[in-house]
Amino acid sequence: MRLTCPLCGERDLREFTYRGAALTRPEGETWGDDWHDYIHLRDNPAGENREYWAHSTGCAAVLLVTRDTRTHEVLGSALAKGGGA
Amino acid sequence: MPELTLIAQNALPQGVVTTLAGTRVEVLPMRRLSALMPGPDAGPLAEALMAQHGLGLPAPGSVEHAEQAECLWFGIGQYLLIGPAPAPDLAEAATLTDQSDAWASVLLEGPRARHVLARLCPLDLRARAFAPGATARTELAHMGASVTRTGPDGFRVMVFRSMAETLLHELRAALEAVAARGMV
Repeated sequence: MRLTCPLCGERDLREFTYRGAALTRPEGETWGDDWHDYIHLRDNPAGENREYWAHSTGCAAVLLVTRDTRTHEVLGSALAKGGGA
Repeated sequence: MPELTLIAQNALPQGVVTTLAGTRVEVLPMRRLSALMPGPDAGPLAEALMAQHGLGLPAPGSVEHAEQAECLWFGIGQYLLIGPAPAPDLAEAATLTDQSDAWASVLLEGPRARHVLARLCPLDLRARAFAPGATARTELAHMGASVTRTGPDGFRVMVFRSMAETLLHELRAALEAVAARGMV
């Protein structure tokens, strides 16, 4: 698999480290179902997934990548800084 | 207490290490290296670099040159000034760190250089993807490295000084293997 870094261009997977699913952090500090969901529960989609990847041996940026888990096709990637805009 | 003076020293003895098939591995002399980290706004650093050193701020993947000075794009939010001591004005625009003896710099040059590097590093090293003047932070035999194309047949490879001997070992082994195949 190859990932496209917005700064470095298309690079080999071995330069990257997986940093987990990109989730929306719940508001507030009180424990509830939303926090339980955020910390413990994960979808395992066959298809499009939004996830963080660190370009660790490259430019050190953290990327927000949209990827198809069935084909490893990368549908989009952006710097996570600034909300992945 | 006696006063101590710390002197930066090159990680490796300088000079040519191996030459095979017209391609050589050479340890470069240690130069002054300064990491420049401007934070979210690189504008003031760009102005100070131009005013003090005659250097532009390099775009991702590129290098800027001036007389006796070079500035590398060195990852997100980071630039590496090579050659001169950074002018005091730069400290107003960025966080500066002296990196002079923190990196080992090795030149790989010759007709087989690209093929040697291709055995160690996942970059697309063809001239159309990585032209002279291009630079990249990448991986080389599992080491984090900086690779800069210095000419059609030349690559400068930098790794942390703790990995200097490993870099030489890997380059030597790959060059021997490439040279054993003869000219393709």
